[in-house]
Amino acid sequence: MITDPGLFLNAVVAGILLGGFYAAVALGLSIAFGQLDIVNIAHPAFIIIGSYFAYYFGAHYGFDPVFTGILMTPFFFVLGMVVYRIYYVSFERTGQESLSGLAFFFGLMFIIEVVLIMIYGVDYRLVPASYIGMNWKIGLVDFPLRMAVPFVVSMVMTISLYLFLSRTFIGRAILAVSQDRQALQLMGANPIRIKQIAFGLALATASIAGALLIIIGPVEPSINREYIGRVFAIVVLGGMGSITGTVLAAFILGIAESFVSTFAGPSWAPAVAFGILLVTLAVRPSGILGRAS
Amino acid sequence: MAERILDVKGLTKRFGGFVALNAIDLYLEEGERLGLIGPNGSGKTTSINCISGSLFGDEGSVVFRGSDITRLAAHQRTHRGIVRSFQIPRPFRSMTILQNLLIPMEYTAPHRGGGGDREVEAREILDLVGFAGRANDNSGRLTQVDMRKLELARALAAKPQLLISDEAMAGLSTSEVDEILGLLFKLNERGVAVIMIEHIMRAVLRFSQRVIVLDAGAKIFEGTPDQVVKDPLVEKAYLGE
Amino acid sequence: MKGWGFWIFVALALAAGFVFTRVSNNEYYFFASYIVLQSLIMATAWNILGGFTGYVNFGSAGFFAVGAYTTIALQKYLRSLGFDAPLPVFIVAAAAIGGLIGLGAGYLTLRLRGVYFAIATLALAIVAQTFISNWDYVGAAKGAYILTPDPPPLFSSYVKYLFMTMLVLGLLALAISRYITQSKFGRGLAAVRDDEVAAECMGVPTLRLKLISATVMGALMGVAGAPYPFFVTFVDPLSAFQLNIAVNSIAMPMIGGTAFWYGPLVGALLLGTAQEVISVTISSEINVLLVGVVLVSFVILAPKGLVGLFSDLWRRGKRDG
Repeated sequence: MITDPGLFLNAVVAGILLGGFYAAVALGLSIAFGQLDIVNIAHPAFIIIGSYFAYYFGAHYGFDPVFTGILMTPFFFVLGMVVYRIYYVSFERTGQESLSGLAFFFGLMFIIEVVLIMIYGVDYRLVPASYIGMNWKIGLVDFPLRMAVPFVVSMVMTISLYLFLSRTFIGRAILAVSQDRQALQLMGANPIRIKQIAFGLALATASIAGALLIIIGPVEPSINREYIGRVFAIVVLGGMGSITGTVLAAFILGIAESFVSTFAGPSWAPAVAFGILLVTLAVRPSGILGRAS
Repeated sequence: MAERILDVKGLTKRFGGFVALNAIDLYLEEGERLGLIGPNGSGKTTSINCISGSLFGDEGSVVFRGSDITRLAAHQRTHRGIVRSFQIPRPFRSMTILQNLLIPMEYTAPHRGGGGDREVEAREILDLVGFAGRANDNSGRLTQVDMRKLELARALAAKPQLLISDEAMAGLSTSEVDEILGLLFKLNERGVAVIMIEHIMRAVLRFSQRVIVLDAGAKIFEGTPDQVVKDPLVEKAYLGE
Repeated sequence: MKGWGFWIFVALALAAGFVFTRVSNNEYYFFASYIVLQSLIMATAWNILGGFTGYVNFGSAGFFAVGAYTTIALQKYLRSLGFDAPLPVFIVAAAAIGGLIGLGAGYLTLRLRGVYFAIATLALAIVAQTFISNWDYVGAAKGAYILTPDPPPLFSSYVKYLFMTMLVLGLLALAISRYITQSKFGRGLAAVRDDEVAAECMGVPTLRLKLISATVMGALMGVAGAPYPFFVTFVDPLSAFQLNIAVNSIAMPMIGGTAFWYGPLVGALLLGTAQEVISVTISSEINVLLVGVVLVSFVILAPKGLVGLFSDLWRRGKRDG
């Protein structure tokens, strides 16, 4: 079966498209955890909020989901800044990050999930968009648009973010704040303010990632838990502090899941992420491109 | 010729592409006072991390009292008599001063031939460092110099044969430096060999019988305190205090 | 709490519980008490690792479910051999399996930073859920039915027997937790929690202590889950692995106070009772939301829990007064 060229090729392409999408999902955590050392396990839950915004505006106003995703980024940005503020005041300042910080985000994740269930119930929600059912076929390979569109949007977002981080002052300050706080202060930038902006940025990506998620498939509140493993697997595999590593790892995960799904069955796909995560932690915790801590 | 209790040969440690230690040789005789100095980033802390077990070297060997301890975990090395204090003090903040001492007393002293009343021994140590009557003070809110004293008190409670003091005097006033120095001398009088890492030159030169100078991961000088101050390489490598 | 004081408390609790089963016939009270006791065991178990060492376990539901499914699988197997084993057999088996899994999970992950351990526990819980959802022997995703056996002598209904069993197990969990805090092992754990690097350098075998902690936690959580199939009579992965259990296991110790063995007791009694009351009077969804909100609030406002808060005030009062 694995030698069937059509099946093989499709698995690869589907994996690449999926990996591209996973990059969008993991980007926010790469910033929060990779750069700022904030273990935001609620990040996938915030992404689901983004999905529900896309659903709401799509169902009631006919907005295209990508449009909604972009539209809501300021809201998510501000939300991120607020959440960071609370986190900083409660935990970072007092050095309590490990236990309390984790419990804080775990509680947040839980609250988000429950509130969504209370408002929308546990049924799957879809978003209507013209391109969702469409499919391009090039030779042996299918390019379902519900995967291709998120891939393109995700790549655009990733590249923009990468450029922002490496070319602008604020962007480089964000990269620097994880490495040398004092130097940053000497340069006249306030590390707390920088971290706040960075976390806001991280959550802003959730807005778009959520919109992409609901394009790919229907969404219900507890899906966020499937993605916790995926995003952490990606960030850990890619290496802490490396955006490039995150993107690389996203593609690796996407292709791995696609192959497992195609040749062993889709019910095994969630296990791939956790398997990769556990193996990486056991063998090379610093990841592919990570700094040795 | 006194017996060598510590013998480090060819110790090399890399962090990615950065070579922190380059084939360092180092020895210590019983009861000796060794000063370890060098500019920032020269590898002092890395070398003592490899000796105490917080890090493992990539190459080379660490032999203590005749046994190869190169791959032993840190707590096992402590059980054998190598105790270190930390540059930035690390008290057990939820515990009192006395409870801080109890940890090494319960976990290390039995391996070091401990016996005897713990309460009595603890009071003795507290008296020695000047903490008499403060046994039940919370350790989380001490002054700088008190935290350094607690580090040393805790190290003492582990009945060390070799004590590694990592910049125990950084940031202290002159009189406080003398206080800590006095403590280290007292410890040494009891037969504890000491490796002292310090930037405060007058303390190192007063305390050490022998000095090793590191720079960029390599040993550039070894000799008596009198010799060290005259060596041009050392002067060049780092204009100390 | 002095030695004899604790054991008097245990004796009184056991006596009161037993009398309760003879005197009352309101099944609801026994149901509700069972749930609170179950949370107590889970919270106490969680705290042995999470509170005492600072390594946060997000996958508590996984260990609980392992206990429950050990009962289901073992009962089915023993029945196929012709044996009808009593509940204590399953409790012991669940303790063994839960402990083994705690040890294994710990061995894989406790050498890393606490953060990675926490994420790994979440991952393992989901892996366990996937595995069990595909295991036909125990009913897979569809679930399994358990028949309620006849109650043993002295108990007029099986629920009363389950209640009494959980009471005994709950007190046992508290006794173990209390013993740990007063032992050399517990002091070593506190050193690990305060500063693991310093503890290691002071001669504390940190990895070994963490592994023992994880094993005890796993065993106790398995024990909490073992009677569950008999309590609900129908078990499926969704209910056994419910996130609610994981959140409660963290929320209750944090509310009560993680540094003390009776912190989870305070948290379980307060939060557990509050949940039952709200569930019945307002709605079960608000109840679930409540736990999350309470957890977040306490983590922000009172990270040492109620006991920690009171002991700080007490100490401040003594100093100033």
